[in-house]
Amino acid sequence: MFELVEQYPFFAAVLALVILGAAFGALLGYASERFKPEGNSIVEEINAILPQTQCGQCGYPGCRPYAEAIAEGEPINRCPPGGETGIAQLAALLDVEPIPLDAEHGEEAETRMVAYIHEEDCIGCTKCIQACPVDAILGAAKQMHTVISTECTGCDLCVEPCPVDCIEMLGEETTLSTWHWELPSENVDLIATDRDAA
Amino acid sequence: MALMRVTSPHAHGPLSTQKVMQTVLLATLPGVAALTFYFGFGTVVNIIVACCTAAGAEALALKLRQRPVAFYLRDCSALVTATLLAIALPPYAPWWLLVVGTTFSIIIAKQLYGGLGYNPFNPAMVGYIVLLISFPVEMTSWAAPRGINGTGAPGLLDALRLCFAPASIDAVTMATPLDILKQNTGLLESTLRAENPQFGRWAGLGWEWVNLAFLAGGAWMLYRRIFTWHAPVAMLLSLAIMAALFYDGGSSASTGSPLFHLLSGGTMFGAFFIITDPVSSAVSNRGRLIFGAAIGVLIFLIRSFGNYPDAVAFAVLIMNFAAPLIDYYTQPGTYGHSKPRPD
Amino acid sequence: MRKIWDFHGGVHPPENKHQSLGKPINSAGIPPQLTLPLNQHIGAPAEPVVAVGDAVLKGQMIAKPLGLVSVPVHAPTSGTVVAIEDRQVAHPSGLQTRCIVIDTDGTDRWVEHAGLNDYRSLEREALLAHIRQSGIAGMGGAGFPTAVKLGVDPRQKPIETLIINGTECEPYITADDILMRERAAEIIAGVEILQHLIQPAETLLGMEDNKPEGIEAMLAASADKDMEVVVFPTKYPSGGEKQLIEILTGKQVPSGGLPADIGIVCQNVGTAVAIGRAVLRGEPLISRVTTVTGEAVAEPQNFDVLLGTPMRYLLEQAGYTPGRQQRLVMGGPMMGFTVPDPDVPIVKTTNCLLAPTVEELPPPPPAQPCIRCGLCAEACPATLLPQQLYWFARGKEFEKLESHNLFDCIECGACSYACPSNIPLVQYYRASKAEIVQLRRDQAKADHSKTRFEARQDRLQREAEEKEAQRAARKKAAEERARRAAEDGDTAEDPIQAAIARAQAKKAANAAGDQSDAESQRPAIAQMDPAQLAIERAKAARADAGEQSPEDKAQSHLSRLQERLAKSEAKLVASRNAGAEANVIEALEGAIEKLKPKLVEAEQALAAMRAEQSVQDSQPHALKANVEENAGEQADEQSGQKDAAQLAIERAQAARADAAYQSPEDKARANLTRLQDRLAKSEAKLAASREDGAEARVIEALEAAIEKLRPKLSEAEQALAELQAETET
Repeated sequence: MFELVEQYPFFAAVLALVILGAAFGALLGYASERFKPEGNSIVEEINAILPQTQCGQCGYPGCRPYAEAIAEGEPINRCPPGGETGIAQLAALLDVEPIPLDAEHGEEAETRMVAYIHEEDCIGCTKCIQACPVDAILGAAKQMHTVISTECTGCDLCVEPCPVDCIEMLGEETTLSTWHWELPSENVDLIATDRDAA
Repeated sequence: MALMRVTSPHAHGPLSTQKVMQTVLLATLPGVAALTFYFGFGTVVNIIVACCTAAGAEALALKLRQRPVAFYLRDCSALVTATLLAIALPPYAPWWLLVVGTTFSIIIAKQLYGGLGYNPFNPAMVGYIVLLISFPVEMTSWAAPRGINGTGAPGLLDALRLCFAPASIDAVTMATPLDILKQNTGLLESTLRAENPQFGRWAGLGWEWVNLAFLAGGAWMLYRRIFTWHAPVAMLLSLAIMAALFYDGGSSASTGSPLFHLLSGGTMFGAFFIITDPVSSAVSNRGRLIFGAAIGVLIFLIRSFGNYPDAVAFAVLIMNFAAPLIDYYTQPGTYGHSKPRPD
Repeated sequence: MRKIWDFHGGVHPPENKHQSLGKPINSAGIPPQLTLPLNQHIGAPAEPVVAVGDAVLKGQMIAKPLGLVSVPVHAPTSGTVVAIEDRQVAHPSGLQTRCIVIDTDGTDRWVEHAGLNDYRSLEREALLAHIRQSGIAGMGGAGFPTAVKLGVDPRQKPIETLIINGTECEPYITADDILMRERAAEIIAGVEILQHLIQPAETLLGMEDNKPEGIEAMLAASADKDMEVVVFPTKYPSGGEKQLIEILTGKQVPSGGLPADIGIVCQNVGTAVAIGRAVLRGEPLISRVTTVTGEAVAEPQNFDVLLGTPMRYLLEQAGYTPGRQQRLVMGGPMMGFTVPDPDVPIVKTTNCLLAPTVEELPPPPPAQPCIRCGLCAEACPATLLPQQLYWFARGKEFEKLESHNLFDCIECGACSYACPSNIPLVQYYRASKAEIVQLRRDQAKADHSKTRFEARQDRLQREAEEKEAQRAARKKAAEERARRAAEDGDTAEDPIQAAIARAQAKKAANAAGDQSDAESQRPAIAQMDPAQLAIERAKAARADAGEQSPEDKAQSHLSRLQERLAKSEAKLVASRNAGAEANVIEALEGAIEKLKPKLVEAEQALAAMRAEQSVQDSQPHALKANVEENAGEQADEQSGQKDAAQLAIERAQAARADAAYQSPEDKARANLTRLQDRLAKSEAKLAASREDGAEARVIEALEAAIEKLRPKLSEAEQALAELQAETET
């Protein structure tokens, strides 16, 4: 055997490759078992990026189903509440090119929206309560309902079922506690210079 | 009346990019004067031609990139690049050499990367290397210093003629001390010095004073706090240490004494005017120490064992590559973090 | 001589302090009206305890603290509350916030008050409560409630060093300097109270060496006291809490931690004075010393000013003449912010009002590119890499920003000051910090929503299972009884029992039958959660509303109202016929009544819009078509929702087609093919999932998606057909 190998270097090469292949194969196999990611981790990661408004604008009944769909290859640009930031994060996670938001599924809102029930109009039909995906509406049959605004995701699924149209989506107002500084505008130098030159 | 709304800070320090660049230009004066004294008006002509070319190339590139031309020209960075390149080139270089080099520096090495602040490599050195590789003959013929063979240095008119009509005059060129030392194979250093008057007192006739003049300009910039001492001092120290380690007292295989290395060629010019270019060097002070020291080592290695007699440009470009890496590993520890950053 | 440490970086801006030091502290007097914002401090705003029209006395509490991190507000002088409303305040946003407005009466009558004679015998908690009730918040500029800062119990967390901050490193400001010159004794009195509260091993007063007179005064006052005056070289920002701690002790406050974590508490000299007054004299925080300076005022000086005084009132006393491009800075030139209006009030944190001329502090020139000169890193007192942070901030690389310790930035402005390219670095950091905080908040909210959503899903499933189980149990019981009844039929023990059992069996059978009918009709919906339905409905509505012109929107709104009216009326009739409960009918009637005016409104709005449109519109045929369609729609009004919605959609599409510049037909065709593609893909996927025996949920979702696509497809087809017809004519 040893002589054969010594005589024919070709065998030596093949043998070496086979041994190496077997060794690394075993190592990789072991590693894939040993360091197996728990559950369907990519879906979890995608789901963590989605804004969890559960609004269904993507066409899926909630964020998790859409996360599962993305994991199976659906486009990542169907989530208007997540907006461009969300798409960028998804693109980074899945290592694909970021694509613009699919306008068919809606536009990115500029401010966070909160549902507001005009309480004098509410007839207490509980339809909005059934529609709310995060149980953010409080009320009972024939009793006035109200939105727990801190729990509301702004999905607007409660607007349509209301028979008396007493639910309105309001933009969150900027207050002293929510106001924040903006980045300096990037083109400020060009504009100023044009003025100088003129 | 409406009050103006701006963000803090409302006060601003005295330095501006324009002032920094102008200070650098002013600081080259002693060196340029020394060069002119020993080698004639060649460098002055170089600077004039290069600056005109640079301004034109910069304006053109800005126009093409649809940036405000006047605003960016006013920062003087193109003039600094052109001046540094012009000083590095041999005096009495033909005009086309200057034009090609400067245009390459400004358009390829600077504007194509995004203009001031975005260039990974020192534009002047990129231009220099391109010329050195493309036109080795023109790039290695240095004028003879004043006082050799009883000749004086050419005047301004001669210099202009040499620049624009090189064929009309036969310029007096001769090898620099670094060349001679490099090509020396059998002679003891003392013999070499005795045979070649260019060697001057320490490191080359004229060269030693040119270097000292650039040192003076650099010291003035340090005083004006245009840059920190870290990179130049590290570079000079490491170059001197390397030279001392390899110095054998002047045998035929001598690589030159530490003093010879410090005062010959572009050492001081490189230490204070090239490696201190903030854009392409390391950022933190610790990083600049490493950056400078590595350049010093590389200069010595290339001068002594490489193919080219002087090595500042190569050493700087090689370390420009390494600058981001140095930055990564030399981040300062932030206030309140006892351990260095964990990334 | 105590060892003094140095901190990294720092800058030396021109101090400009002498201008305002020429005069002693002057009382600014009582302005006719005071505006007191309810949050002059960091934390929750206070809650008013007075009503409009109430007469208040000087020192009377007019708003009580809400929560732990909050302080009350007191009336600075006697007068009448004339308003409690939103007013503009000194804040960089220029936004309004709730303020109590007092018309002063000029008599300056005090409310009954008295100092704590022997505070040393008091319980620690009582003393802290007194300080809190006196409305004291940090007066150096941040405004953190002082009682909270002092709340660290020395028995649990011993405090080694009490640092009194008399540094005042910002240029121009001299409020603390003049306080130390003139009111050294008061400062010492306040410091003694602080010492009693936190029992420090040593007390240090840190001062920059640019205040020789202040140093002298403090040295004299503290000669026989347990406090050491430590003087160190002037450098901005040595007055920053973290920097001062490093200078005096050589220790660094851990990132994200508090000075108390390393046994240090820091208080401003102004705060010490306020504490002294509150404890010894019972006077709450109702006034402060404010520097008014800058070349736009003729007589720069320090004023003892009532909180709530309009800045304009104060400026006029100093001879303020606004020039061109005038700005008014609250605070110093390094960290102060420009106020939106000179009428905003002085608050607890207003240490300086700076009115510079445009020559004195020129507006920032346009930013040039960063040349990575590193001057910012040299200047940074937190040893950050400002230029790196700048790149990351521009690229919105928030993770990198955090890993480069953005949150250790104290926003001192030294980097911007030093930057030769005039880049507003601090602004980048401020904005990025805010954005990261916002993102964190959003993430927390998303996680919360996710939990709630999942909890709801679980609940719905559980309910469905329970129902199913109950039904099965009932059915089984009924069958059992029926069987037993049949078996026992001969013996006929109890005919009544048998009758009941039969009735129950019948009922159960009926129920099961109904259920299965319903299920066979809409198998998906029976198991689907109502949210899914809502999504579909909302989706359809959105498809209608998306990308519509205001007119289309108005029209769809109108038709929606019409539909709802029709629906409600139909329901009402049905309810009446069915003899429903009176309150249901009433509610429906009420709803209809409410809808009618809305309908009228919507019609008017639409008419108004149309009128406007007809003026602008140069395409009469389009208008005509609209009108005709409108007439058609009127006729169809009662005929059901679908037609009206369809019409609205068609109109929207027609309008869009009219509005589009290039080949609407092509667009429509592209849309159609895209929809067809999607439908085909979805169907293929559905078939595949069915074959694979995928989860019911997946199949449902796919079915729902297809259902949703179909109407869209037909819409698109119609639109295309219409377009083609139009082009032919």
